[in-house]
Amino acid sequence: MAAVHSENTVLAGVVPGNEVTPSSAGEVAEVLRATTGTVVPVGAGTKTGWAALPASCDLLLRTTALNRVVEHVPGDLVVVAEAGVALATLQGQLAEHNQMLALDPPEPGATLGGIVSANASGPRRLRYGTARDLLIGVTVVLADGTTARSGGKVVKNVAGYDLGKLYTGAHGALGVVVSTTWRLHPLPAAAGAVVVPVPDAASAGRLAIRVARSTLTPTAVELRWDGSAGELVLLFENIQASVDAQSAAAIELLGGGESVAGPPSWFGSRPTGEMVLRIAYVPAALPQVLSALPAGSSGTASACTGVAYMSVPTDGDPGEDLAALRAAIAPHDGSAVVIAAPDDVRSGIDHWGPTPDSFGLMTRVKDQFDPGRRLSPGRLLGGL
Amino acid sequence: MTDQQTAEREQASPRTLELADRLRARIGAAKVLTDPAQLRTYECDGLEAFRVRPGAVVLAEHRDDVVAAVRLCAEAGIPFVARGSGTGLSGGAVPVSDGVLIVLSRLRNIVDVDPDNARMVVEPGVINLWVTREAAPYDQAYAPDPSSQQVCSIGGNVAENSGGAHCLKYGFTVNHVMGAEVVLADGEVVHLGGPAPERPGLDLLGAFVGSEGTLGVVTQVTVRLIRVPESVQTMLVGFHSVADAAGTVSDIIAAGIVPAAIEMMDALAIEAAEAAVQCNYPEGAEAVLVIELDGPQVEVDELFKHVETLARGRHAFETRIAADAEDRALMWRGRKSAFAAVGRISPSYYVQDGVIPRTRLPEILGAMSELADAANLRVANVFHAGDGNLHPLILFDDAVPGAPKAAEELGFAILDLCIEAGGSITGEHGVGLEKKSKMASQFTAEDLDTMQLVRCAFDPVGLANPGKLFPTPRLCGERPGVRTVESAPDPALGEVF
Repeated sequence: MAAVHSENTVLAGVVPGNEVTPSSAGEVAEVLRATTGTVVPVGAGTKTGWAALPASCDLLLRTTALNRVVEHVPGDLVVVAEAGVALATLQGQLAEHNQMLALDPPEPGATLGGIVSANASGPRRLRYGTARDLLIGVTVVLADGTTARSGGKVVKNVAGYDLGKLYTGAHGALGVVVSTTWRLHPLPAAAGAVVVPVPDAASAGRLAIRVARSTLTPTAVELRWDGSAGELVLLFENIQASVDAQSAAAIELLGGGESVAGPPSWFGSRPTGEMVLRIAYVPAALPQVLSALPAGSSGTASACTGVAYMSVPTDGDPGEDLAALRAAIAPHDGSAVVIAAPDDVRSGIDHWGPTPDSFGLMTRVKDQFDPGRRLSPGRLLGGL
Repeated sequence: MTDQQTAEREQASPRTLELADRLRARIGAAKVLTDPAQLRTYECDGLEAFRVRPGAVVLAEHRDDVVAAVRLCAEAGIPFVARGSGTGLSGGAVPVSDGVLIVLSRLRNIVDVDPDNARMVVEPGVINLWVTREAAPYDQAYAPDPSSQQVCSIGGNVAENSGGAHCLKYGFTVNHVMGAEVVLADGEVVHLGGPAPERPGLDLLGAFVGSEGTLGVVTQVTVRLIRVPESVQTMLVGFHSVADAAGTVSDIIAAGIVPAAIEMMDALAIEAAEAAVQCNYPEGAEAVLVIELDGPQVEVDELFKHVETLARGRHAFETRIAADAEDRALMWRGRKSAFAAVGRISPSYYVQDGVIPRTRLPEILGAMSELADAANLRVANVFHAGDGNLHPLILFDDAVPGAPKAAEELGFAILDLCIEAGGSITGEHGVGLEKKSKMASQFTAEDLDTMQLVRCAFDPVGLANPGKLFPTPRLCGERPGVRTVESAPDPALGEVF
């Protein structure tokens, strides 16, 4: 497994020196022990824009050859799969047993390791949570080549620190995720959706709270937002009788809407556009967040969880727009991070936003795991 | 630890007494105890086999009291242990000898209730059940429900990542805690997470929850509330064999049903529960399942029909759906009182907590029963069957020489079964003092060293609840994999029983 010269452009302006595609955890450890330079791990490379650009990348480490589904015990609703397995591939195998990994980030080809490292999720997070809630065991290789596991193969397990949560969203800056163990869910028997038009931001907020405080159990509540109005979709996935009853109850609760067999085509996709933000906030602040968006923004929001993906214009001053948005949503515990931006814009903006009072502690954690700051350097909040 | 060892140190060392005096001057004399008679109350938590007298006890009433105590400890290099209600079952809140015990029970304000965001902010001494009580007017609830929920505190729940019967569907404390204010071991106050999801930066909160007090002291917690379901129904099912009950659990899961809870009790546990709370479980049952489904009415009704068919297919001889809330409460009382109830059928008992993959349940139960027979001890079994979380209650007579030791050995042999089956040595009680030696069986030295990197970032000196969780403390700054220094003798460790 020799490193080859890379002409990869997966990291925008940062061209890696070499790239390597190890096919086992042992090989990953070997690679990390053999190099003293900076290493940026990636999966299929679908979300490399979600983190800040690395300060440098001597070696691009692809995990795509770690592609084995190691163990699936249907009766335990648990699967062990290597980091490079594509989510779609895994779902195909699980579906044969009427099971699923209840994660639905839309990026095509995304790998399990990449989804963990970027903490990517989709609409169904309302019901099932995100990777941090479903990952029950993880193996990583640290910068010095140490291979370490935390968690296990059972859902209920409080032995030791749960490092899976720490690695989730860490963009490979603490170690290279090589294997993942997941809690699975049964595939729902039936599905249906209710679509209701939303005339303005205030209505979006009012309807979302009404749903959240009702006894309805939608798997997802998604808002499509065109800048001034949109539509709200409630997805019900359950036994048919429950889908039917809840769809009818939802229309009554919302004072309108239409029952449809499945959600509209935009459901679950990220907004397209040159510059896309992931915005998070306390869920009831949805109207304030929508109103604070720069003019010309559009996208989707998981209306009952407090996460929105918005495409924002780049023709003005994107850096200033971003700063203004962050200031406006700060009272709602809001954050706005860049997940896509043109190369020339990216270099001039603050990718993650301000650091919290725990940043010193985050720095100490990074320095314990990766004292040489060789893994994904500069990709995390605050340039870590 | 013997009485003699416990009594050895009647008064704290001059160093700790000096710290106590300085702390009295800062936060008020009434909040700091050093009288050995008063300290006795705090020698142990819910696992009474471990007893250690602290040097001083701080009855904190405010976050600043905690900060002051931790700062003084840091300056003096004196270890501290945080304690909530003291109901833990792994010795996690056992003091360090001559150290400081920080009691958080008086920090019991509900700081904020926010139904539209489904959040509540509470202080760590708030009792678990109070959160649900405060949320009830808004038709909301706090999902984690450990059996001790009437007395255990949220701070303790955060430390232990507490579960409960309903975590099968709803997850654990870590899935319901959004944010925490934490006093680090040097006295610095930091905020981990927050009311909003997806905060930029490392998920330090995820590592903190369940860290058993080894990463700092929590002084405020933001929890997520759930909507109370439209319908909650509970079914009690009687079986003539444990294997049939276990098979039914597998069948329910295989059918794609995710109940809110599936609890199982065997004949001995049923006998104890009947004696204690007259819960009216099916007569002559070798095993019962308590199955709870919640959600929209139509769904609960339909799925219960399915569950009943599955149970009948495994020769269930009685299935009964609770007629009303009172009936449901009685069904649960039998289960939730089971630990205490075995006290009625045995002079003493010892609870273990292990997890196995659910599909291995019948096989492991057989192996457990063989081990119990070989040890000549009776074991009452109560489990969160849906999760494969075993709670064997090992009955013994402490008047019989060697019996406590035999019970402990049986408990640890059962944990070995759990590890061999690919499970865990603890599903909810934590590692604490009791099981730290077993961590080396479940994890490699590299795994444990890596966990301790987090410890080194949070508490490099090792003052926060030292001697718990890890079999061998790591010296921070030590290179991974290079273990050059033997751990110092553990002042907190006595012999079990």
